[in-house]
Amino acid sequence: MDFRLRESSEARRAEVRAFLEEHMSLALEERVYRTGVSHDAAFTQALVDRGWIAPSWPVEFGGQGLDPEEMVAVGEELRLADAPMYGIGTTNMVSAVILAVGTDAQKTEIVPKALAGEIVIVLGFSEPEAGSDLAAAVTRAERDGDEWVINGQKMFTTNAQIGDYAFLLARTNTEVAKHKGLTMFLVPLDQPGVEIQAVFTLSGERTNIVFYNDVRVSDAWRVGEVDGGWRTMTVALTNEHAAGFAAVIDRLLVAAESWARESTDDDGVSRMEDETVREALGRTVIDLEVSRLLQRRVAWMAEAGETVIAEGPMSKLFSSEALKDRAQDMVEVVGPDALRSYFDPSAPSHGVIEHMLRFSLGTTIYAGTSEIHRNMIAQRGLGLPRSG
Amino acid sequence: MEFRPSDEQLQLVSTFAALYGKESTPERVRAAEPLGFDQQLWSQLLDMGALSMAVDEEHGGWGATALDLALVAEQHGRALGSAPLIESQVACRLLARAGGPVATGLLEAVLAGERMVTLSPRPPKAGWALLVPAGAVATDMMIRHGDTLVVVPIGDDRVIPENVGSLPLADVPAGEPVLADADVILSGSAPEAIDLALDDWLVLTAGALAGMAERAVEIGVAYANEREAFGQKIGAFQGVGHPLADMATASAGATLLAREAAWAVAEEPGRSAQLAAMAFAFAAETARNATDVALHIHGGYGFMLEYDIQLYYRRSRAWTNVLMSPAKAVRRVADKRYGPRKAS
Repeated sequence: MDFRLRESSEARRAEVRAFLEEHMSLALEERVYRTGVSHDAAFTQALVDRGWIAPSWPVEFGGQGLDPEEMVAVGEELRLADAPMYGIGTTNMVSAVILAVGTDAQKTEIVPKALAGEIVIVLGFSEPEAGSDLAAAVTRAERDGDEWVINGQKMFTTNAQIGDYAFLLARTNTEVAKHKGLTMFLVPLDQPGVEIQAVFTLSGERTNIVFYNDVRVSDAWRVGEVDGGWRTMTVALTNEHAAGFAAVIDRLLVAAESWARESTDDDGVSRMEDETVREALGRTVIDLEVSRLLQRRVAWMAEAGETVIAEGPMSKLFSSEALKDRAQDMVEVVGPDALRSYFDPSAPSHGVIEHMLRFSLGTTIYAGTSEIHRNMIAQRGLGLPRSG
Repeated sequence: MEFRPSDEQLQLVSTFAALYGKESTPERVRAAEPLGFDQQLWSQLLDMGALSMAVDEEHGGWGATALDLALVAEQHGRALGSAPLIESQVACRLLARAGGPVATGLLEAVLAGERMVTLSPRPPKAGWALLVPAGAVATDMMIRHGDTLVVVPIGDDRVIPENVGSLPLADVPAGEPVLADADVILSGSAPEAIDLALDDWLVLTAGALAGMAERAVEIGVAYANEREAFGQKIGAFQGVGHPLADMATASAGATLLAREAAWAVAEEPGRSAQLAAMAFAFAAETARNATDVALHIHGGYGFMLEYDIQLYYRRSRAWTNVLMSPAKAVRRVADKRYGPRKAS
């Protein structure tokens, strides 16, 4: 066994760190927070210039062919710095689906622009009545000659206001079982009938509700088979090899350690001397390491060609729940100063601990709630029967 | 990164798994209660080289890595081995590190199966070394006397308390005259030597507790797949399946962390003490919680002595707390990471 990353991975880490020192700043971090938009044109362009917009992609498609382990190092550094990667992440995810199941025309039109950082693709999956149960989507797509007419409402389409296309899950058949009547489309957002309504969230991230009223989309923008949308979705979701929040726990730890070293109690004694502080830090150190191991194991399995079953859900479930618990602990340990807001000038560690309290809540909900992940672990990993 | 043990390690694991499968069945574990010592299992472990592997060639052993030992410890925990395997390995490694005529002679006798030496992790209190692990079956006890590490024979005046984990513990007389006359293993550096031994102890016990947790989850899953209520297998209820999913996740994490901590002994010595405490704290809480969940989903049957899960529940508490509570281990993580508190 070897728990170190290879030298090539550590070399990538060092490169990303140097890049972030140049292109990531507190001012950018604050702008991302204040606007709620985790996407920045200049930062994206810098990534493109460096060839890092999709580093895991094969070289012939414009990537750098980094393997899962190298991507672990790259991902950890970007997350630790809270770099504005969300728009790039969704764009890449959809581009990968198009590469896998899209038409040649779609590949030619979308992939080069995505890799040049010229377009942003957003996700239109959830609906008011379909969250964890995505296959219950009722947004309709009805055929009209060479076009489809879309009507419905999508929740949590983050970055829709700057997006060029929405990757949309729509119902095309109501006569069959719910998983079998869905189709995926790439819907150009700059057209009549698309109405974007901002939704502000507890972490500061802006997301949107998007209304589709008689929106017309050419059949050329259908991704995958008619009524084969669930299979296309599966491609999209399994591309998320190593989801986990270890690096975000690291961010909390770095902030908490610097607070503990720099602040003192009422008697002028360093908070690092306080047993309850040390215990909270120790627990964070442990949860960070376990999260890292669970996440890295998934990357290692992908590289070793092993089938990932419950290991991916374990990584997401453990790290998000741990982040939430440790952030809560840390707020209590820091005391009243922890209430000072993220980027308030008076806040310790520029308020990262306060932000983590709010940010962590979303991590146990989006990309599959903890309950959905527990179901997957119970059924696929442990072989327990399905409920109901 | 390489998350798979080597072929040799997998072979080692399967050899020990076979031994435990034969010599540490639930029936044998029960039969060894309340003392918690199975002579036949112990003899087999010695024959297999379970102690010689813990020390290097120079000291008469075959120099397995700490990771090898941790992988064996996982099997020990899975099977609830009624034998002081880890206690003895820790003592052997301490004796090997100490060197000198007393330690060397003792180590030879231990490896030959003539003596059994244990370490009291705590200094004496009012003339007694209390709850000494393996004290009920060992022939000798190492203990701190000021800054000196001494070894005293364990006599018939030891007191063997019945205990929740059916561990072979003993309260051993260790008054000032006894310690003052005892053979000296180390003069002057006992606290550091004991602290290093404690690192070994924590990391190997972490492996054992992780194995125990994994097995407890398997027992719980098997029961949830078999027992029916309200017309379906109870594993289909999220109230049953979700806690098991959480415990399977934590057990996987505990196993990975214990292995990393053991690997670090040779590969990242600067971080291994911190990792040992981390691994112990996490494995201890995981074994505690996993045995609780697995017992609880058995309903009333889990409360019956007849079902095996209670054997796991009791030992998870005992194997942990005889050394240190999880909370104390977390504070040890901080001590190793940030240095000790100035006040202490």
